[in-house]
Amino acid sequence: MRLTTKSATLLALVILIALSPVFFPSGFYYRVGALIFVNALAVTGIVILTGWAGQISLGHAGFAGIGAYACALAPIHWGIHPALAVLLGAVVSAVLAWLVGRPILRLKGYYLAVASLGMGILISMVLNNERALTRGPDGIDVPELGLRGVLKTAGLDLSNGQFWYFFCGIVLILGTWLALNLRDSATGRALRALHGSEVAAKTVGMDVTKLKLQAFVISAVYASISGSLLALQNKFITPDVAGFMHSVEMVTMAVLGGVSSVAGAIFGAAVLTLLPQVLTVFAEYEQLVLGAIMVLVMIFLREGVVPSILRKFRGRDE
Amino acid sequence: MSELLQFLLSGVTVGAVYALVALGFTIIYNASDVVNFAQGEFVMLGGMITAVAYTAGAPLPLAALAAVVVTAALGVAMNKLAIEPARGAPVVSLVIITIGVSIFIRGAAQLVFDKQIHSFPAFSGDDPIRILGATILPQSLWVIGGAVAVFIGLWLFFTRTLLGRAVLATSNNRLAAQLVGINTPFVMTLSFALSAGIGALAGVLVTPITLTSYDVGLAFALKGFAAAMLGGMGNPKGALVGGFLLGVLEGLTAGYISSQYKDAAAFIVILGVLFFLPQGLFGRKSTHRV
Repeated sequence: MRLTTKSATLLALVILIALSPVFFPSGFYYRVGALIFVNALAVTGIVILTGWAGQISLGHAGFAGIGAYACALAPIHWGIHPALAVLLGAVVSAVLAWLVGRPILRLKGYYLAVASLGMGILISMVLNNERALTRGPDGIDVPELGLRGVLKTAGLDLSNGQFWYFFCGIVLILGTWLALNLRDSATGRALRALHGSEVAAKTVGMDVTKLKLQAFVISAVYASISGSLLALQNKFITPDVAGFMHSVEMVTMAVLGGVSSVAGAIFGAAVLTLLPQVLTVFAEYEQLVLGAIMVLVMIFLREGVVPSILRKFRGRDE
Repeated sequence: MSELLQFLLSGVTVGAVYALVALGFTIIYNASDVVNFAQGEFVMLGGMITAVAYTAGAPLPLAALAAVVVTAALGVAMNKLAIEPARGAPVVSLVIITIGVSIFIRGAAQLVFDKQIHSFPAFSGDDPIRILGATILPQSLWVIGGAVAVFIGLWLFFTRTLLGRAVLATSNNRLAAQLVGINTPFVMTLSFALSAGIGALAGVLVTPITLTSYDVGLAFALKGFAAAMLGGMGNPKGALVGGFLLGVLEGLTAGYISSQYKDAAAFIVILGVLFFLPQGLFGRKSTHRV
């Protein structure tokens, strides 16, 4: 019996998330794990957009910023529960992605990259400048989600680190499962056909614009939820979450792992999240390294690390 | 009235820089269909290298010349090391590569130079010139003059010289150009050198006004893009006009709406162009052959 890519990916992910804590030397690693899952969730969105729909966004951190600040602002200013704020952020991100994407995705080519770059800069500008609302560059406190307390009364007592590790892990499994389902759905197949040849896809009657727009909106929701989770677990957020470098990090993670592979997204997120933790000097060289990875992978390993390795193992039939 | 004129004058000054960046985009885009996200980094390099060389004691003209030459050489290196090996790759990959180069240059500049803000003296002093109640810095005239001179130079090059026509031929049809004996790899090298050199020149001219640091390139890239798209991608005249228009729009936004949000003008222009005139002001309608 041979597992499909979908079940193999999900199974590997579940085992990895469930068993890794056995090897954690200290509680700190739960936090690193949770960060990896949060990043992997956003990068899964990038895989849908870039790997399958063939579009690049350089402003996806903007959506993460919306998700993060929704969790910070909605409870304080409008008394909305943080869990609902996650949803609110996702809805706002989806609507914004739809509004920006609709005129742009009618056109072929690189326009989304430019427009999303502008959009991301604008969002981070608003977060930095509207001090009355967001407290500006110093950042803002984010209220407690409250789920850990609920679990405690139900008899499941987790440390803060453990709770977020497993919570983000479960969200990532869900996100991966949805993405893989999407991949095998009619929409997913259409998206990949479109990536192969837009003209051919159009000729057989596909609504190319609508497909690309769907991918952009879905990936924006992934980024938004990832931003929300980051804000909720840190209980604090700064406008950096929406910054250009965060967008670049997302794209590089996807490119490194393999831009059309969900497993690759998780791999890329893991490597580039761990790197700064292991190498403290990394911060200094971050831009240099990210830039080099993008160029080198695109020239020498166009599919990314994970699909290239899988191909070696399976031969050429995949 | 003088207020409006003041906003217009400062808008035209930055507009001239955007026009130069947009011209740089246009040259590479025409020669290779590559949309070069690293274009803004050339502007940064121009300013930074000049500032560092000047601080180290080099006379200003020599420092500026060195900056343009070094940046042009880096443009050529970018083509040889990152763009040529990926020839034939899909547009998505090429975009990722140029973004990667852009981030790489930023990271390298941060290490080689530093994270400080740099500048050097204006070419003809800092005494503002008065025009109808508004003022303009002599350096602004250098910037505007530079943009117009580069445009005229490029126009002469592309219409009057054999080499320039070879570049045009390559951008029209690469294969046909090869068949009539045009050395297309050389044309690519030339385009990257020219484009990087023009970007660096923009950086040299504008740094005494706006100052520079390792991370200014991104904003220039975005605005150069907006300008090129407004004028019509691939059209040098469009790049010039688009640059000045965007600059004026930004000047007016800063003056009448909010200086914090002046950068939003570029984004609004991009969305507006894509909504209402995807071909830009001077672009031709593109058709796609299957």
